[in-house]
Amino acid sequence: MLGYLIRRITYGIVTIFAVSVLSFLIIQLPPGDYVTSYIAALEAQGDDVSAEEAETLRAYFGLGQPPYVQYGKWMYQIAQGNLGLSFQYRVPVTEVIGERMLLTIILALGSVVFVWITAIPIGIFSAVRQYSIQDYIATTLGFIGLAVPDFLLALVMMYLAWDWWGFSIGGLFSQEYAAAPWSLGRVVDLLQHMIIPIIVLGTAGTASLIRITRANLLDELRKPYVVTARAKGMTEWQLILKYPVRLALNPVISLTAYIFPFLVSGSIIVSVVLSLPTLGPVLLRSLLSQDMFLAGAIILLIGVMTVVGTLLSDILLGLVDPRVRLE
Amino acid sequence: MSQSTRSEAVASHKIDNGAPLLEVKNLHTHFFTGEGVVLAVDGANFEVHAGKTLGLVGESGCGKSVAAKSILQIVDKPGRVVDGEIIYSSQVSAGQEVRRDLLRLDAGGAEMRAIRGGEISMIFQEPMSSFSPVHTVGNQLTEAIQLHTEMSDKEANETAIQWLSHVGIPNPTQRLNEFPYRLSGGQCQRAMIAMALSTNPRILIADEPTTALDVTTQAQILNLLQRLQAETGMAMIFITHDLGVIAEVADEVAVMYLGRIVEKAPVKEIFRNPKHPYTKALLTSIPRIDAQPRERLPSIKGSIPHPQNRPSGCPFHPRCPAFIAGTCDVKEPQLAAVGENHQASCFLYPGC
Repeated sequence: MLGYLIRRITYGIVTIFAVSVLSFLIIQLPPGDYVTSYIAALEAQGDDVSAEEAETLRAYFGLGQPPYVQYGKWMYQIAQGNLGLSFQYRVPVTEVIGERMLLTIILALGSVVFVWITAIPIGIFSAVRQYSIQDYIATTLGFIGLAVPDFLLALVMMYLAWDWWGFSIGGLFSQEYAAAPWSLGRVVDLLQHMIIPIIVLGTAGTASLIRITRANLLDELRKPYVVTARAKGMTEWQLILKYPVRLALNPVISLTAYIFPFLVSGSIIVSVVLSLPTLGPVLLRSLLSQDMFLAGAIILLIGVMTVVGTLLSDILLGLVDPRVRLE
Repeated sequence: MSQSTRSEAVASHKIDNGAPLLEVKNLHTHFFTGEGVVLAVDGANFEVHAGKTLGLVGESGCGKSVAAKSILQIVDKPGRVVDGEIIYSSQVSAGQEVRRDLLRLDAGGAEMRAIRGGEISMIFQEPMSSFSPVHTVGNQLTEAIQLHTEMSDKEANETAIQWLSHVGIPNPTQRLNEFPYRLSGGQCQRAMIAMALSTNPRILIADEPTTALDVTTQAQILNLLQRLQAETGMAMIFITHDLGVIAEVADEVAVMYLGRIVEKAPVKEIFRNPKHPYTKALLTSIPRIDAQPRERLPSIKGSIPHPQNRPSGCPFHPRCPAFIAGTCDVKEPQLAAVGENHQASCFLYPGC
């Protein structure tokens, strides 16, 4: 198990390095840089910017240097815990991301938990009672959940919440808590505001996880060891939960690693619609204005989260399935 | 379990008042598939006597395994026992037997579960995949023991170790904490046997237990089963398509074809004096050691019909060398006595 762990962590570090190179390349891809889009914005307002001023700005932001130097500087800063300066906000990136990062992670974790506790039992039931009315209902709901776009669901739920309960779900905090320091009241307020975003974000994941759990469990239910367990005299649910479900959950565990980053990056539109103070909207804006360090930091963080998520699920998988530790 | 309780159990197993321990009467198990009803078992009759081995023989797909699973009421969906009786004589106390129809018991109920794995155990064809790959051997063994006894974890562990060493697995204490993939096929089957016998069953159903194993291991497993049967006095239903294995282990033989028993007799009688053309054909299909090189192996012409296209009359008639036109394809033969302790269902014999 230890060797397995060390190997996985090594792979993880290598992957994060590759992600950092890639995210830097992606930011460099669009023509021009922050100064170009900044000047364009100024000119749109009628201001003239001379070529010298532009060069001064480029020198100030360090944009004139060759890309590998810029990358090296960026990495050097990060190694010191400094994610750089956001051009757009004129404050350190850490300050822009700070609480948004925390809220994003909380929201993503909440969504994963929601996906698990709804999808796994429904998937199990759907498989064990294959072709029953309940199975068909679960399947139908699953496909609807998969087909309905997140933002549409968000809009509908926002409308319903307001219309039925007079509850405004824009944002993650009520006005009185938005700028307040952390307190018990603020946590409760956050939890209340998180319910609908979690449902919206989790629906697609839940729908696909129901299908995956069901399909895996159907495969496992036909395996000889299930017959053996049955022949021992176990009750049906006892044996289903102990044997086939345990094996059917392996792919579910590894899939969670992929759901997690998707919840962060894929939630951009939902976050904009629900005006959630998460990373999504900031990432969108930073990419539009070519705010290099901010966008880079966010992409890098999403990459790190993917790698950490995969690592966690690999470890979990190793714990659950002894065969995984073998290879 | 101590040695003394085991021998007590052995003693009580051997009580035989002549009545069979298990009697399967007119068993019908059908599979209700989307394409139609498959008559997997269609009127099977056989008996199992205490301490004896019944060999259930037939080609693949003739309903041997389904018949066995019907006894334990663990037929896979969409299969269902639709008719028949399975009279099992349970022991309520020493010397006192109660005869019950297992099919009248609720398949998921406590009574049936106590019999399943407790009084009637089963071992399977694929020992490697018959264990859960993610649970230790010990976990799966002690589970079986604790389902049918009141033993504590420690006692169950000890019993499991005793049984593992009894079936010839080296280092049983260490093996207990290992996962099944660490065991070879033969060892897995030994562990499976240990698991089945750890609850002291009165009947062991062995569903092709040696088919997936190589020949040397096969012989070892057969010897082991015979040794354990002699020790415990349990009865066995031995399912196989291998007549060589049957000759070695069975006392009685029932030959199955398309869900029915076509011939039934003591093992020697079957080999010396087969009556049903199907049994005769099966016996001539055994490769002979004195055969000429490059000689074609004799085989039964045609293949088993799809169970949905069951031939009219005697199900074997399209393949039968002794086919009587106008009789075999019209009427259904019945199982009738063709000799002492010998029954067959074929129109060649009067009374069928």
